[in-house]
Amino acid sequence: MLGHFFEEAGLPTTQISLIRRHTEITKPPRALWVSFELGRPLGAPGDPAFQKRVLLAALRLFEAAGGPVLEDFPEDAPDSGGEATTLACPVNFAQKQGDLTPTEKLCAAFKREMVSMRPWYDIAMKKRGRTTVGASGADVETIGDILCSILEGRVPDSPRQDISLAHTVAIIAQDLMAYYGEGITAQPGQESPSSKVVADWFWGGTVAAELLLAVQDACKRSEDLMMQIVGSALIIPTSVAAARHERG
Amino acid sequence: MARLEQMSAADRKHHEELECPTFETQPWEDGPPLNKRRVAIVSTAGLHPRDDRPFTLDPGDYYRVIPGDVEANDLVMTHVSANFDRTGFQQDWNVVFPIDRLRELAEEGVVGSVADFHYSFMGAHDPMTIAQEVPRVAELLKKDGVNAVLLVPV
Repeated sequence: MLGHFFEEAGLPTTQISLIRRHTEITKPPRALWVSFELGRPLGAPGDPAFQKRVLLAALRLFEAAGGPVLEDFPEDAPDSGGEATTLACPVNFAQKQGDLTPTEKLCAAFKREMVSMRPWYDIAMKKRGRTTVGASGADVETIGDILCSILEGRVPDSPRQDISLAHTVAIIAQDLMAYYGEGITAQPGQESPSSKVVADWFWGGTVAAELLLAVQDACKRSEDLMMQIVGSALIIPTSVAAARHERG
Repeated sequence: MARLEQMSAADRKHHEELECPTFETQPWEDGPPLNKRRVAIVSTAGLHPRDDRPFTLDPGDYYRVIPGDVEANDLVMTHVSANFDRTGFQQDWNVVFPIDRLRELAEEGVVGSVADFHYSFMGAHDPMTIAQEVPRVAELLKKDGVNAVLLVPV
């Protein structure tokens, strides 16, 4: 849709389209529809040749004599189809936990899991020379403390002063998922799993997911309206929330 | 997965019911051959340099500038939606922001050059409010000599 407005302002555009139906309605001047997952407009991480074919196909639409042009990219994204290995999660609620509350047990298990994930996160950073973790301003060591404070009903110190605490919590949740996502995709045999493989692993098998679900519930119960919005829509994917609702 | 029939029921319903604007006009700008074009990326992924303020839903907070010499570890994503994959971007920024591929095409002479500045909007804003910013961003792109805009969604 932005294409329409850029052309109106005198700039030629071409675009990648992820939802063909939307593009059919908005009719941008030049669009290349791709069958890839939402969030992966160039299709395949770590596959420069594939990415270049997609990019060139979109740019070649500038050679069209007139429009609107809506072309389909002929290839699906390559998909390893591999299964993410389950984290060896050292959760043992019977272990030296005395009179801990359920929240304290959850937080203790989560912090152990985070530590167990750390070597893979560090390997991922070395391998890729980058990390996407950190937009919240919280470092990896404090993510757990902040989220657990919320579960315990305390107002944590925010790592950012330029946006609201509620919004910061939503970005911390993304940072946490990035920490796990970057780490698991650095493990052997996990070079390029589909997003579904990673999501199924994260939401189906980690304590971190349990913690985020609990944080979501705590945010929904908050008296702060922005915190309620974050809890209702900005932490848990709709598909995960719907599946959880169906299970009751 | 971006095929509606392969999405979860909840995601499919959302995208099927999403209201899309239609337009009475069909603006169309031509330009020189591809190898003479100066290309800029305009993303709606909520991308920005790490030391920039995260995207918010505040009115007016619609875009960020991404310098053309940005390095991979300096680009983060703060789109507010939880409903698209980020693991591709986590592994390789080119999946969302194909700057390395674009630089290669410029070195190979397939495109003329790469812009000094790229831009990112955050797609969770109402598209019609984002559109109000487009003339301003378009002027900035023109001052950069850009005559080809690559729009990349998530």
